[in-house]
Amino acid sequence: MELLTWTWILVGLTFALYIGIAIWSRANSSKEFYVAGGGVPPVLNGMATAADWMSAASFISLAGIVSFGGYDGSVYLMGWTGGYVLLALLLAPYLRKFGKFTVPDFIGDRYYSKVARIVAILAALMVSFTYVSGQMRGVGIVFSRYLEVEIDMGVYIGMAIVLFYAVLGGMKGITYTQVAQYCILIFAFMVPAIFISIQMTGNPVPQLGFGSMGHDGVYLLDKLDGLQRELGFHEYTSGSKSLTDVFAITVALMVGTAGLPHVIVRFFTVPRVSDARKSAGWALLFIAILYTTVPAVAVFARTNLIETVSEKKYDSLPQWFHNWEKTGLLKFDDKNGDGVVHYVADKARNELKIDRDIMVLANPEIAGLPNWVVALVGAGGLAAALSTAAGLLLVIASSISHDLLKKIVWPDISEKGELVAARLSSVAAVMVAGYFGLNPPGFVAAVVALAFGLAAASFFPAIVLGIFYKRMNKEGAVAGMVAGLGLMSYYILKFKFGFFDGGLSAVEALKPEWWFGISPEGFGAVAMALNFAVSLLIVRFTPPPPPEVREMVEDIRIPNGEGQAVGH
Amino acid sequence: MPDNKKMHEYWKENLKYLAVLLSIWFVVSYLFAILLVEPLNSIRFFGFKLGFWFAQQGSMYVFVILIFVYVRWMNKLDKKYNVEK
Repeated sequence: MELLTWTWILVGLTFALYIGIAIWSRANSSKEFYVAGGGVPPVLNGMATAADWMSAASFISLAGIVSFGGYDGSVYLMGWTGGYVLLALLLAPYLRKFGKFTVPDFIGDRYYSKVARIVAILAALMVSFTYVSGQMRGVGIVFSRYLEVEIDMGVYIGMAIVLFYAVLGGMKGITYTQVAQYCILIFAFMVPAIFISIQMTGNPVPQLGFGSMGHDGVYLLDKLDGLQRELGFHEYTSGSKSLTDVFAITVALMVGTAGLPHVIVRFFTVPRVSDARKSAGWALLFIAILYTTVPAVAVFARTNLIETVSEKKYDSLPQWFHNWEKTGLLKFDDKNGDGVVHYVADKARNELKIDRDIMVLANPEIAGLPNWVVALVGAGGLAAALSTAAGLLLVIASSISHDLLKKIVWPDISEKGELVAARLSSVAAVMVAGYFGLNPPGFVAAVVALAFGLAAASFFPAIVLGIFYKRMNKEGAVAGMVAGLGLMSYYILKFKFGFFDGGLSAVEALKPEWWFGISPEGFGAVAMALNFAVSLLIVRFTPPPPPEVREMVEDIRIPNGEGQAVGH
Repeated sequence: MPDNKKMHEYWKENLKYLAVLLSIWFVVSYLFAILLVEPLNSIRFFGFKLGFWFAQQGSMYVFVILIFVYVRWMNKLDKKYNVEK
């Protein structure tokens, strides 16, 4: 059967499944809408969290990033998994015991202050909006590549689907859809990886395969290091970034992960405190299945690619090369006119441009796998993009209807009214996200670094201190968050946008001025440290929190008991 | 609020567990995979250089194990202090 037919069938089936789940899991109360009624079993919640977490970028781009960066790519692998350890040990169980709906809920109650709540709402909205615009674009790109529709059309289809199940089912609909999406995306990622591992090393486990010998009796990684050296690239297994920067980026990504509101809110949806801990473990296990396969795929794809194209005659290259040339993901420019592909590190002599996304997208074709596997990868990419977009939209909707409307503007809104408001704000959120998907800001990558940096610089210190330091008061927390957010925004504006030095073109020249040699991606680590320092300094000169707040802190540290009133 | 002194002890034991687990978390990722990556890379582990393996495989396995150990320890602790729901 044709590839396009297969793709339509698989994508159609999965979409029918998502819509079916949405109708089945309709939300009837605001508690079901915000936290799925607090009744999701931990294993399923783990799966949903994993799908929520793994975006189109994890699914499509991460293997490519690792493939081109080698050791440098480790910061993403460790950064985006290690954060779950912090989440499980320092945040999830206590926030579950706290027992409300959102992160600004916690900040607002713990720091007994409207100002703190508003700062938290702003931070949550900033982080989620920056994140979601990239996701909607991702949906469009996957659609256009696999279904041969325009990117804009893809964004519209994606909006319609997400709108349907997010508005109808809220967190409940989203959670059960994400369980299905996890199963689809992990299957789609693993099948080609396993096939290729067998082809190249005879070992069906990719995680072991990329440390094994190829058919020529040479260890795959040694061979790749050799190939990289020959072509003038840095060795695959050692990096090119400075040690300080690698350290800082890993910290920023880990702490940022633990501070992202759409991840934290996941742990409000399980029945008990012990389930929150367990659920974080399952989530990381499900994520690690993909994340430990990524470096294997990266090595297979890079070795395959270099061996297939490097120093080969252009006319003798396999068909897939020409297929992907049409999409613009591969570009060959015969600079010296000898009809041979020279792929080297030296920019002046290099004749081949490779888009990093091709490492996952073209992998099944490079390995000669059947059409249904290629189509499956498309369905998996869509599952990854949709699940993340939906989770983020829910955070935006609840920030508006719950944190802003119910808690600040209109406290005596009825239960029914709040549910209507929640649905309306998710419609609005989808529209705004769709707008960014159609008119993407030209700085998506910069914005993602900003999202993690902001989460690390604002939420993480405020929540951790709120739980582990009873004396922590509102003055300290607010000052810390404002300082962290301010410094992070300044650094990104200066070094990522060139805001103070004449625009984006100045960014490259500013590199030597990086503080401590830390890139904007890693600066969240410094901004977080500043937040902690400012909080702990201010708290010494300001009055302690009132006794009922200290009691609340004592209460959330213990798993049992009535706790705070659950619900409203 | 149940017995305050007992709860204080519960909290102290919890903090001790956190210190142990987070130290391991730090060692496998920041120490083995970043700060000590060069010296560890001179050690072979099957087809991997050891530092590289920790950065792209080992640290992630340890992260998963750490959370499940934490779950086990805390469930036991909850039982001991009779605070499980």
